[in-house]
Formats: sequence, structure tokens, C-alpha cells
Amino acid sequence: MSELTTADDVLSVSDLSISYRRRARAMRVVSDVNFTIRRGEAYGLVGESGCGKSTIAMAVMAYLADNAQIDSGSIRLLGDEVIGARAADLRDWRASRVAMVYQDPGSSLNPTMRVGRQLAEVYRYHDHVTWDKANAAALSMFERVQFADPRKILERYPHELSGGQQQRVMIAMALAANPALLILDEPTTGLDATVEAEILDLVEELLRDIGTAALFISHNLAIVSRLCDRVGVLYAGRLAEEGPATEVLRTPRHPYSIGLLNSIPHWGATKDHLRLLPIPGDPPAIGQIPSGCAFAGRCAIAQDACLTAPPVLAPCEGAHSLSACLRRDEPAALAEVAAKNMVADGPGPVATPVRISREAVVEVTDVVKRFSTHGTTLTAVSDLSLTLHQGEILGLVGESGSGKTTLARTIAGLYRADGGSVAVGGAVERSRRERASYLQMVFQNPDTALNAKFRVARLLGRSVKRLNPGLSADERHAKVIDIARSVKLLESHLDLLPGALSGGLKQRVAIGRAFTGDPKVVVLDEPASALDVSVQATILNLLVDLQREHGLAYLFISHDLSVVRYLSDRIAVMYLGELVEVGPAEVQVSPPHHPYTEVLLSANAAAIAAGRPRIRLRGPSPSLANPPSGCRFHTRCPRSLGDLCRDVVPPMQNAGEGHQYRCHIDPTTLAGLQSSRPEAS
Amino acid sequence: MSAVGLEATRAARLDSRRARARAVLGQLVRSASFDVGAIIVVFWVVDAIFWHVMVPQDPQALNPLAALQGPTAAHWFGTDWLGRDVFSRTLAGATSVLEIAPLATLLGIAGGTIVGLVTGYYGGAVDALVMRLVDAFLAFPLVIIAVLVLALLGTSEITVIVLIGVIFTPVVSRTVRSVVLVERDKEYVASARLRGEGDWYIMTAEILPNVTTPIIVESTVRLGYAIFTAATLSFLSLGIQQPSPDWGLTISLGRQYLQIAPWIVLFPAIALATLVVAVNLVADSVQQVMAR
Repeated sequence: MSELTTADDVLSVSDLSISYRRRARAMRVVSDVNFTIRRGEAYGLVGESGCGKSTIAMAVMAYLADNAQIDSGSIRLLGDEVIGARAADLRDWRASRVAMVYQDPGSSLNPTMRVGRQLAEVYRYHDHVTWDKANAAALSMFERVQFADPRKILERYPHELSGGQQQRVMIAMALAANPALLILDEPTTGLDATVEAEILDLVEELLRDIGTAALFISHNLAIVSRLCDRVGVLYAGRLAEEGPATEVLRTPRHPYSIGLLNSIPHWGATKDHLRLLPIPGDPPAIGQIPSGCAFAGRCAIAQDACLTAPPVLAPCEGAHSLSACLRRDEPAALAEVAAKNMVADGPGPVATPVRISREAVVEVTDVVKRFSTHGTTLTAVSDLSLTLHQGEILGLVGESGSGKTTLARTIAGLYRADGGSVAVGGAVERSRRERASYLQMVFQNPDTALNAKFRVARLLGRSVKRLNPGLSADERHAKVIDIARSVKLLESHLDLLPGALSGGLKQRVAIGRAFTGDPKVVVLDEPASALDVSVQATILNLLVDLQREHGLAYLFISHDLSVVRYLSDRIAVMYLGELVEVGPAEVQVSPPHHPYTEVLLSANAAAIAAGRPRIRLRGPSPSLANPPSGCRFHTRCPRSLGDLCRDVVPPMQNAGEGHQYRCHIDPTTLAGLQSSRPEAS
Repeated sequence: MSAVGLEATRAARLDSRRARARAVLGQLVRSASFDVGAIIVVFWVVDAIFWHVMVPQDPQALNPLAALQGPTAAHWFGTDWLGRDVFSRTLAGATSVLEIAPLATLLGIAGGTIVGLVTGYYGGAVDALVMRLVDAFLAFPLVIIAVLVLALLGTSEITVIVLIGVIFTPVVSRTVRSVVLVERDKEYVASARLRGEGDWYIMTAEILPNVTTPIIVESTVRLGYAIFTAATLSFLSLGIQQPSPDWGLTISLGRQYLQIAPWIVLFPAIALATLVVAVNLVADSVQQVMAR
């Protein structure tokens, strides 16, 4: 039909530039992007939000929004041009040549159709087969994506499936027509760590077996390094670096890649030994890509030439990768990046850790919290006891549905416990206002945590007014400025509405607001997980600084074990509303630990990257409405003892140094079992 | 220093508010249906206020000798059964409806906002009780309620305004409640509770500013309905009384002459239709722009 670039190229994108029109203004979001994906190759496109990675994927699918325009370039799919192709051709190519798995499987499936039928339709449409044949093909595809009981899943509606199962269905549908290219757009974002690990295993296996080429879009470098052969790092719509995954991730040749890698806590890093190195500054606003290198403003080793010369990908000396950095071949300069970033973020790890006292600031005793809807009662938290000491950071880990957020909200007083008691600062009954000045909370999503109609000055000012009664207007104003400074906001930010701030800045406002009344305890519910990695590092550093400065206690909730381990003095693990393990952070990450913790640890992407062995969960997650008998974890436990675990509620085992876990297996035996596997970290 | 800072802050605030208002207005003006609707609405509003100087003749002046005449150069829209000038009466007839409809809408929006905020925010038993009452209320045909109330209280402009306002309250409260339900579960509300704010502050200062968009859209839609309802009540002789040139009333009284003098009904009916359509055009455009 048309000329082929290389017979082996499944996708070749050349000089691609895309703009969005908004209010009669064109805003460039993708500039001169070049890359090719060969048959059987997995290509990772990495970058933070707004860098244009999803726009590129949509352009390949020819699914760009109405206000998007392709300014130049070409996208060839198996040699045929996608840009400007006829609608009929595109319809044919989708699914048979290229298929996509989206971030949110819940909204990509038709809620009114059984998933088996949705999959069978793909076969009906593409292979023109009878329903019987299509159904048979659907069944075998469900076997392929490793459903434990594929026949039953066929008959389910999407809402009857978990997020992980829905994503399996999506992958099955994408692979049904045997596409030459599979696009995965953040396929595991929003899934729990254990489920994420399972889905990635599946994708890895499928790619290896089927030989489909893949474009894998992610913000997570650890995941990309696991799955992809080659990686492209996007920044502000341009490729900053491209090359073999191992090279880009081990010896990055662009300051931005280096910055990204330095932003995530390495497996085993803790706040007392290592400070995270975020990238200073913010990425350029959408549509405002400067003429020179877009990263120059944030780059520690930028030179005058960087501001004027448009960056061009060029081969690096002694490597297979391409970098757009002018100083790509100066190892000494690149090594400087990390050191300079540290200076830009303030003093290094000098601040001394807070001394943790025995005094309990929060004492949770046998707390029960139930929710009832439509006649069924869920016990989100059952008989949970936990103590938070003065000056301590307690990390709370668990999958979604484990009850960690419910516990946090109960502690904060947003929910009333149905049983047991929560003593804050030694007193169980406190007025709203007393509690407010003692305990504050920072939420996961800064977009909804800040009233969008209030300017930053008012957001902070109102808190100051409520929590510091008796201050004059001038004193309050001074305090607002003080707080803004302590969370590294500029005075000019005070006049802005939250909508004008980036995610990281919004979260700083939310954190600042929590500190206005000098609380003794701050509950942090996933404060950094909605943010980009480089911003996440800034926020985590800020939290460490504030904790040391004020000497207060944190209850830090996260699903990311690397982050929890980095920040916490002690770690508590929840499963199905129960506390299954609690202990000092450093003790808890080495055996013995509760089998559930063991699974969580092994599912952690950073841990996998560090070469730790994988232990898998069995079976689906049980429902909170009908929790398993005996040990709640027995249905999925890799170390289950059978009848004993099924019938008898396990005791809390004491492993010393305040380390406790709920299991039938005693510490010595468990430690023996768990260290028999090779430890690689 | 700080005074200068405050001044600058205030200026910046005004600036960005004005900029936002200007952006919304700009988008509205660019939409053709808004322009058409707005021109018609503005025409009728100007007419409702200044009809005294716009009418060629006194709309109440009787001239039995010239009764039931068709459109002529002297009487553009003809005359009615008492020889009154239909053109003048059509222009003068806008006043009553444009007094009743906006005031009734305002009342309905205010009542509905309060009920919606309270039920949506508190939820639980209060919500269940009030919403069942609303359901029961909405189950009654509007006209039956109107007949009952106006028969009991007698008709006057005030009664009609209050009646329409009260009828609108449950409808508006449902809209407001549904958006409040979404807002109250957002973390900014939780965070207000965590700093010890009272319920009233949370409802009015925190939640209300975040639900203004649907309230504005609802207002424009309700205004169209209010005009229609007011005209219906007049038509049923339950609203404005004679000898007002009110459109609904005129249509009702002129009905018996429909076969010999259709212009008596036709022109007020066209006037009413243009106003209702124009308000709906504006409402649609506002809804579209606000939804963006």
C-alpha cells in the first residue's frame, strides 16, 4: 500500500507535534517526538503529568480530542499513516493492529453487559464468527489472562468484579483481535500494590508469549524498568532521553531522568540516613514550552547555551542511548545534578530526629467502626488498638478496603466509633475545638481538600483565626505569612485561588493549614500519592522538616511501602479492618513478619526492582461484609496451616522490641520459614 | 507596608474576579442563541418599565365605537371588544408578568437553596422526612394547589408571587440538595469540621459558594417556568384581575372573540411566546457556558 520504513517497525512516530486549542489559542503539548517500536519490543514512555504521554497514545489510536490538532509529523502503524487515515481504515486497525488498555477499567467497560459478551463481541466483529465460536474464544482468552474461574467470570457484570479483575478483562479484550501493538496507559495506577504486581506479572508473561509490541505509559520508573526493553523520558512534550531501559535507568544521561530517579525513596532508605532529592521548581505550564531546553529553569547544570539552543536528541558517547542534554557527555557535570538539587532544597540531612517519648498522644482502644447500607453492615474497623507516642511517625499500611482511612477518620473525630474509645491527648471526650487545636489532618487529594472558591490567604487565614483565638488582625496576617513561608509558599501565592496552583503547591497549602494551630498530632492520609514523583519527594522532605521542627507525631497512611518505610519510626499493618502487625520500622521489614506483610513487601515495585523474591497472594480479596472465620487472612495466606487458621482466631505473637503480629506461627518458626528464601536486598 | 500589600491584594482580587466575569460574559456573547434571547428579554424588560412612553394610546381607553376592529394604520394590532388598542395593551401587558416571575423565582431559589443545603448537609432523618414531603407536594398537580390556595387567600399579585415561589421551592431544593450531597463529602468540608467550624458556617460559607453555578442555571430555567406559570394562573382567572392588560388574562378573556377577532388573542400570545422562548434561549446558553 504505502512505503515501509522498516519491515520490523510496528509503530514509528516521527517529528510529531500536537497542540490543543483553548480560547482561540494553540498550546503546544507535544513537540518533535521521534521513536519507533519494533516487533515484539516493549517501549516505555515515562513522564510526569502534563508531559504529553497520554496525548501521544491518543494520537496513535487516532482518538485525539476535538480541540487537538496535529501540527506536523507522522505516525506509521505497520507502515500505514495514521494521521489523516480514512475512518473505515482506522476502525479496522483499532483492535487488529493497535489496542489500548486504559487507566480506569471501571469506566472502560460497559456496565450493562456481561463481560463475557463484551469480549465475545470483539471476536464477532473482527473474525465474523458465530456467537458459539466467539464465546468459546472468549473463554480461552479468559483462561489466558489467568482468571481462576474463567467460566464464572464470563457471566459477571463489570461491577461484580474487583479493579484487578476488570483490568484483566480489559487486557483480554485488547488482546482478542491479536493486535500488533498494545498500548497500556498507566494500567495499574489506582490498583493496590499486590494487585498491581499481579497485573504486571500477567502483562510481562503475555508480552513474552505473544510477542506483541507494547507502548507502556507510566509515571513509575520502577515499573517501566521491569517491563520494558527501551524507554523514552518525556519532559514538557519533548523526549529528553531515550534508550535501552537498563542504560537509561542505571546511567541516565539527562538531568531530568537523574532527578526523577533521585526523587523516589530507594528500597530500604530511611529519613534518618538519606534525604530525598526532589527536582527544584515546577514544570512549565501547558502550552508554554520555551524555545530552549524546557528543563533549563530547573536544571542544576544549565548553561547559557541551554536557554537558546532547541534540544535535539543525539547519541551519547559510549552508550546506546540518546539524550537531549547538551552536557550529556560530561559525567562530572551530570554527577553534580544530585548534589546541587540537595542544596536547592535546603540543608541536607542535618536536622536531628525528634526524641520519641513514652507519652501517648493518641490511644486507640478496641475501636469498632461499622457502616450500614441497604441492610448490610460492614465492619470497617474491628477491635483495633493502637498507640501513637509523642514525637513519633507511625506508618499505617494496608490495601484499599483494609480500613486504614476509616481508622484515620475515626481518630480525627470525623467518624464516631461504634465501640471502644479514642483518647486524644489523654482525654476521650473533647469538644470539636479542643480536638481541633490538638489534632489536624492532611488529605490525599488536595483538589478537594481545599475550598476552590477561597484564596490561599483565606484558606490559611481562616484556620489561623479558628485555631489561634485572641490574635489581632495584624498578628493573624503575620502568622499566615509565617506559615506560608514554613511550607515554602511565596507571598504571591497567597492571592491565588487553588485552581491556579499546581498539585504540589496545593498540598503545601493543605499541610500549612494543618500546622496553623501548632497541633500535637497530624494525621496524613496518603498526602503524596496523588502527586508526581518529583513533587512527592518535596512534600515528603517538607513533612520530615516540619515534624522535626515542631516535634509532633504523625499518623502516616500510605499504600506505598517504600515511602512508609522511608518516613516511619513504627509501622502498623491492617488487613480487612484488623491490625495484623505493628512494630519498629527497621525490625518489621526483616523476618519474622506477618505473612500478609510478607506479601506486601514482596509486591512493592521498588523491592522487586531491588531483586527481592516474589510471594503471591492466593484467591480473591474477601468481602468485609462477610469476613473469613478464624484468621481473616487464611483464605489467601501463603503460609496457612489449614484447619487451625480457618477455625481459630490467631493470638498476637510477641517478637520483641514492641514488635507484634497476629498469627498462629511463633516468631522463631516464622523467621525460619521466611529467611529460607534468598534475601537479595 | 502591610497596608500597601492589602491594597494590592484587593486590587488583584477585583481584577481576577472581573476577569472571570468577563470571560463568562465573553463566551455568552459569542453564542448566537444567547444574543437573540438576551435582545428579546431586554426589549420586554425595557418595555415593562417604560411602556408609558412607548404606547401610542392609553391601553385602558375605551372606545366602544371602534370595538373589534382588525389591524389598521390607527390600531396596528386592531382593537378589542371594548375598543381598546391591542398594540398598546400588548406593550403594557408585559409589566405584570415581569414583576411576578422574577420575584417568584427569587423566592423559590432562596427557599429551595435553604432547604437543599440543610437536607443535603445533614442527611439522615431530616433529609428523609423533608424529601418525602417534597415528593408528596410534587405529586399534586400545580393547578389544583393554586386553585385551593387562591380560593382560600384571594388573589393578589403578592399571593401569586408567594404561591409560585412556594411551588418552586421543592423543585429547586432537589437540585441544590443533589449538588450539596456531592460537596459535603469532599475533604474541604471534613477539614472545616476538623478546625471546629459550626454547621451553619460550613453550609453557608464553605459549601454555598461551590454550588452557585447550578443555582444560577436553575434560576434561569425557573424564570422561564415562572413566566409560564404566572400566565397560566392569569388565564385561569386565578392571578391578575381585570382590567389589567396582562397577557394571560387578555388571552383568556379574548378567547370568546377568537372567531371574529383573533388578533385580540394572537398578539399577546405571540408576545408571551417570545418572552418564554427568549428566557429559555438565555437559560440554555448560561447552562452551556457554566458547564464548561
